[in-house]
Amino acid sequence: MQAIPPTYYLMVSLGLVLIGTIGLLTRRNIVIILMSIELILNAVNINLVAFSNAAGNERGQVFAIFVITVAVAEAAVGLGILIALFRNKETVLADEVELLKW
Amino acid sequence: MAPDVLFFSFFSLLALVGGVLTVTRRSAVHSAISLIVSLIGVAGLFLLQRAEFLFAVQIVLYIGGIMVLFLFVIMLVNLDEAAKLRQFNRQWWIAGACVLALGAEALYFLRQGAGSLRLAVRSSGAGPDGNTERVADTLFTGYLVPFEVASVLLLVAIVGSVFLARKRT
Repeated sequence: MQAIPPTYYLMVSLGLVLIGTIGLLTRRNIVIILMSIELILNAVNINLVAFSNAAGNERGQVFAIFVITVAVAEAAVGLGILIALFRNKETVLADEVELLKW
Repeated sequence: MAPDVLFFSFFSLLALVGGVLTVTRRSAVHSAISLIVSLIGVAGLFLLQRAEFLFAVQIVLYIGGIMVLFLFVIMLVNLDEAAKLRQFNRQWWIAGACVLALGAEALYFLRQGAGSLRLAVRSSGAGPDGNTERVADTLFTGYLVPFEVASVLLLVAIVGSVFLARKRT
């Protein structure tokens, strides 16, 4: 039977969220920033499944399905924006996009 | 060592090492491959928690769908010049300090509350057997309206991404 308590899953998820946040805040390449967001959303899913098992029902897993839906929508729109950006400015580095800075 | 502990360590190591490689590699293709490794680790953690439906969704949708989308965009967008430049921005040490503080805080409270979080004893007999059936039961009885809203969200995302990425004439 299942011997691992949910706290350990939460710790793995915390590690993934921290790695993803570091990548999101420090990388300059927009493709890798989007991948870091995927890492963070995966950590959320681990959390939701762990809580679903702790609560003894399937609601957490249903929420994880919704999170996956939102992640798919986010990836599609984000990559569309990236292609439009590359077509206009010929760059994929986040800090070279400074049209709204003064 | 119990097989549960062994599998848990293996899959969490896969997820974490894949994540670290994803944010540190210079080439975006290497990052994408590392992210696939990390996603496989997360899928294994789903399987260990008896969420078989989410395991299948993770493999089919994330690894088969989103990662292929990423690789296509890497192919469309020229990343060779970006790979030769600096990979991290100048504020990396502020970000690192903030994330370390956040991690220490979250780990402290996680250890404080570890005793109150334990696995529920599942009552057998009520509801159908099998994870997929139970997830479908919950999804289509309690969460039907969010399900429909999610489908509208996907439609909006399709239309929006096609509109954003099309060629201006």
